[in-house]
Amino acid sequence: MTDHTIIRFEQVTKQYDNDPPVLNDVSFEIERGKFYTLLGPSGCGKTTILRLIAGFIEPSNGKIFINGKIVNDVPANKRQVNTVFQDYALFPHLNVYENVAFGLRIKKLKNNEIDRKVKEALRFVNLEGYEKREIKEMSGGQRQRVAIARAIVNEPEVILLDEPLSALDLKLRTEMQYELRELQRRLGITFIFVTHDQEEALAMSDEIFVLNNGNIEQSGTPTDIYDEPINRFVADFIGESNIVPGVMLKDFSVQFAGKTFECVDGGFDPNEAVEIVIRPEDLEITMPENGKLRVHVDSQLFRGVHYEISCNDQDGNEWLVHSTRKAIVGEEIGLTFDPEAIHVMRHGETEEEFDKRLEAYEEGSYEK
Amino acid sequence: MKSKSRNFYLIPYVIWIALFVVMPILLVLYYSFFDIDGQFTLDNYKKFFTPVYLKMTFSSFWYAFLITLFTLLVAYPIAYLLTKTKHKQLLLLLIILPSWINLLLKAYAFIGIFGTYGAANSFLEVIGIGTKQILFTDFSFIFVSVYIFLPFMILPIFNALDELNPSLVDASNDLGASKWTTFLRVIFPLTIDGVKSGCQIVFIPALSLFMLTRLIAGNRVITLGTAIEQHFLVTQDWGMGATIAVFLIIAMVLIMILTGKRKRGIL
Repeated sequence: MTDHTIIRFEQVTKQYDNDPPVLNDVSFEIERGKFYTLLGPSGCGKTTILRLIAGFIEPSNGKIFINGKIVNDVPANKRQVNTVFQDYALFPHLNVYENVAFGLRIKKLKNNEIDRKVKEALRFVNLEGYEKREIKEMSGGQRQRVAIARAIVNEPEVILLDEPLSALDLKLRTEMQYELRELQRRLGITFIFVTHDQEEALAMSDEIFVLNNGNIEQSGTPTDIYDEPINRFVADFIGESNIVPGVMLKDFSVQFAGKTFECVDGGFDPNEAVEIVIRPEDLEITMPENGKLRVHVDSQLFRGVHYEISCNDQDGNEWLVHSTRKAIVGEEIGLTFDPEAIHVMRHGETEEEFDKRLEAYEEGSYEK
Repeated sequence: MKSKSRNFYLIPYVIWIALFVVMPILLVLYYSFFDIDGQFTLDNYKKFFTPVYLKMTFSSFWYAFLITLFTLLVAYPIAYLLTKTKHKQLLLLLIILPSWINLLLKAYAFIGIFGTYGAANSFLEVIGIGTKQILFTDFSFIFVSVYIFLPFMILPIFNALDELNPSLVDASNDLGASKWTTFLRVIFPLTIDGVKSGCQIVFIPALSLFMLTRLIAGNRVITLGTAIEQHFLVTQDWGMGATIAVFLIIAMVLIMILTGKRKRGIL
């Protein structure tokens, strides 16, 4: 734990009655001033983590620290965190100005100070001149901004965002992604963002926690998680992947689809059964005789930026290819890829073991 | 063609309203201009502004106000707790259930309970306070009225609370508001429409209560409702009874306008 740590979970479990736990013995640290994303399918426990930090619910087990102090028993209204809710939860009986001023009025600030802060917060989210509007007169994107203004005006140390973009249309959502990221940089406040949208997570975050079934599967920077997924779930959830069974013959040599390939992974037992991942955009189409793999084109979809081509090899493995070049359905083509494109995953490896192995074989390769 | 057929469907309702709403009001208005001998006169209206009737009007409003106030004070917490329970619809049904029983039966039941040898007095005897005059007091009148009107106040408030978006309460907590502040600034303002309809449903009938005033309050409380009953059934002065009824109708219309729903954005 360092001075930068602002929130720490220590073996936190949340369980309702006798149901299986929503969160299972989860530990992590959140550093000051970064943009974090909790990513996972619905029911994975990401919103539960958010509600635990906000103080709406208490953990069944374990400890939650904010600024080094245990906050298990501290109610929501005494915590220095503010939430942007999924449905925005703006007060329908108050206008935009009073919605933003709500927290400040509770703190009994002087009127001129409230006025200054509210106007500043509204300027921050580009809503100057909307003070007197009623909430029902605002569009979805504008409501979203009011909700953000209402949170930042209190100058919290952490802002929690619970899928705040899910109700917006695609274009507005992309726009708000840029705005949120920009806002976080300007304010320097820690953002904890919950989403089930992997593209959103990759685009916005400094750090991503991938959650599944109440556990953190993997945490790291977007590139780490995309390039080095720890297991099948993460590889599948983040982006498109080709996952096929293989055997690790020795370090830097892996066998799959009936052939042996050079790769950049190591630290496995000899002849260990593994799973290998190759991203569809790393596969390149060539003539059948030049390809490392010979495959049969099954179907093809035009996706705008690329063609999505689905192929099968002789062993029955399916290969998804993203290519700007068109293929012809029914023909045989060759696929080629770099050794770096192959990512090898060990069965049932935890994040800790994964990091250790990565460190060990990387050191080894430097000595060579 | 379309609007014609729609008008056709409206006919039964128009007839209904004409026969059972408009006609009676016009009749009441018509009778209020005749004295006891059937002569056209404006004396009834003059008489209404004499101290006797003004006092009666005032006491009607006062008791109706007290009944509404206490009903609200009891109903709101019950409605609030109901929304927090697991089987809220079942519990709500149990609370509504007494309103299916005839009013007269309930009134007689309370005469039994509050009477000199009733259950309430035996209890007071046991805890050492001793027998008290409970029946025929302001207390018993308001108590029984509150009991009878309670379901009508709980229902609209319960519905308003049930529709309240729970994340608004979370948001208020999140912004630093304690539970009490959240209630004052978020929950109550957002359920005020339920409170208003509840108050309307209770206040208006409470203004013209007449049976309870005799059975429970022993005619010590004389309201406009009692006066109307007496004029029509005892003194046979239909004109004066109708005049009081006209004033009651005006009062009710005013209350409806004052507590009417103002359109506001409820998300």
